[in-house]
Amino acid sequence: MKIIVAIKQVPERDARIRIDSAGKWIALDEIEFRMNESDAYALEEALLLKEAHGGEVVVLSAGPERVGQTIREALAKGADRGIHIASDKLGEYDALGVARLMAAAIADEQADLILTGLQSDDLGLGQTGVILAELLGIPHSSLILKIEKTEAGIRVLRELEDGWFQHIEMTTPALLTIQSGNTRLRYATLMGIKKARSKELRVVEADAISVDAARCVSLDSVALPSRQKTTQMLTGTPAEAAAALVEKLQQEVRVL
Amino acid sequence: MNTVLVFLEAKSGEPTRISLEALAAGAQMAAATGAELAVAMVGAATGAGFEMLGAARQVFAIEDPLLSEYTADGFTASYAQLIEQVKPEFVVLPHTYQVRDFAPRLATRLGRVLISDVTGIAMDAGKVTLTRQLFQGKLNGHYHAVAHAPTLLSVQAGAFRAEAATVTQASVTTFTPNLDAASIRTKPGEPFRAAAQTVDLASAPLLVSVGRGIKDEANLPLVKELAEALGAELAASRPICDAGWLPMERQVGSSGQTVAPKLYLAVGISGAIQHLVGMKGSQCVVAINKDENAPIFEIADYGIVGDLFEVVPALTAAVRKAKG
Ligand SMILES: Cc1cc2nc3c(=O)[nH]c(=O)nc-3n(C[C@H](O)[C@H](O)[C@H](O)COP(=O)(O)OP(=O)(O)OC[C@H]3O[C@@H](n4cnc5c(N)ncnc54)[C@H](O)[C@@H]3O)c2cc1C
Repeated sequence: MKIIVAIKQVPERDARIRIDSAGKWIALDEIEFRMNESDAYALEEALLLKEAHGGEVVVLSAGPERVGQTIREALAKGADRGIHIASDKLGEYDALGVARLMAAAIADEQADLILTGLQSDDLGLGQTGVILAELLGIPHSSLILKIEKTEAGIRVLRELEDGWFQHIEMTTPALLTIQSGNTRLRYATLMGIKKARSKELRVVEADAISVDAARCVSLDSVALPSRQKTTQMLTGTPAEAAAALVEKLQQEVRVL
Repeated sequence: MNTVLVFLEAKSGEPTRISLEALAAGAQMAAATGAELAVAMVGAATGAGFEMLGAARQVFAIEDPLLSEYTADGFTASYAQLIEQVKPEFVVLPHTYQVRDFAPRLATRLGRVLISDVTGIAMDAGKVTLTRQLFQGKLNGHYHAVAHAPTLLSVQAGAFRAEAATVTQASVTTFTPNLDAASIRTKPGEPFRAAAQTVDLASAPLLVSVGRGIKDEANLPLVKELAEALGAELAASRPICDAGWLPMERQVGSSGQTVAPKLYLAVGISGAIQHLVGMKGSQCVVAINKDENAPIFEIADYGIVGDLFEVVPALTAAVRKAKG
């Protein structure tokens, strides 16, 4: 099975959110980056499938130079090679534009499966994978927890709302967006990190890919949410705050 | 005339609550732009669910045996065909797991991009600004659609108030899409629930809920002791269950349990929307978080900004003392 995993590099989870001077995005100067969480699960599923059935895992990521580190991390965990769509101004593309770049970059790969995470931790659109499936003319399924190979293609486990699930059978090639939680994520081993250095990482300049980059939607500005509810903040030392809360729980909430 | 077309999702033939919220959002847009409101839902035109949609001028029942179970291919093709017929200015959908699944595909087929999970709509002199959350609720982004119609948006659960639709006499038109079985490339199975539950979080009056702030499985006794002191059940956010530190039946949120206890004490939980939808009906929410800007404080009645590793033991001690 040949599997492509699309991975996004995003600001680290506990990063302090400050708005940049243009008011269009967050200031990135003091930010550390990491692999988007559900993409890490997508990579894990791909590696498990490869271990079970053989084949190749190719990671694909778009973004500036620093994205190379995240691709190397995926290579260190066991992916075979990487494709980096290099661009310093990916923010000028909307989700359709990014998906078009990705579709063009993997057009010749003839993959059996394309996996992505179900949404990014920064923009949270949850769309790039599904759009990519439509552009490539292949079926997709989202919020996937498990993938099994079958005679005719694959059988996947999809998460539904409120603790419900569903199996779906589909033919390949197919695209799946992966939900977290089915497996534990592996760590890269020292050996893996060493090996990753010599694995192929192809860089494709976004500017060299001719796609329709005209935007359909535009993110005009960002703002910190204004607080609607006035939370009563209990202050002081931990012991003081705890005592104040116990008093509220006794007198006002009446649960103690 | 311009049209706002709202697609509703049905459960047992009735539009779901979030669908009615999407309808309210659509009605608001129609009123502000002087557009006509049209609604569409998959199902038989004679179904009872369509009776409550009288506020719209046009009601479409999308009917085809191939739509009896949801598939992305079937829904994308049918919705695209209805959109081509109605030629709406705006298409509004509820942001459900099903809509997440096919709406990006639908937008792509129309050469558009869906603005997903919208929490606010502002109309000003013909310009429509749509607000959605970034960074799991820590930031808001303001968007607008460029170029040609339609603008497609999906609205977040709870962001718009579903009003009781005033019933006028709208006639229901059956829309029969042109579908062919071979174009449906996925075969869905029957939905099922995970194994039987051994805890019933929904009926617990007090819940202590733990999130990723706890950092390590080895630190769980800290919150377990607090729960014991309070006589509360233990609940969790998704990452805790994903990691296998607590069983999935204790997960609160859109994919887990919906709870409404007297007290929901959130420890080290940031308050992402998928968590909030599962617990915002709680009578009293207390949040302990080191980040004063954590979205959980948006819905908390009481908050303590601080390190849970200091606050929780102090709280456990104070509860024990109060209980004597
Ligand atoms: C389709 C879909 C379905 C989902 N379903 C669910 C669901 O059912 N339930 C659910 O919960 N999530 C669900 N999620 C995930 C959700 O989006 C969030 O990622 C998740 O709720 C975050 O969990 P958290 O708040 O524990 O972790 P984080 O967001 O990482 O927050 C950790 C918090 O702990 C605080 N913290 C860290 N250290 C300390 C300390 N020492 N003291 C005090 N505070 C500290 C941080 O400030 C932060 O606010 C779903 C997501 C998707 C896309």
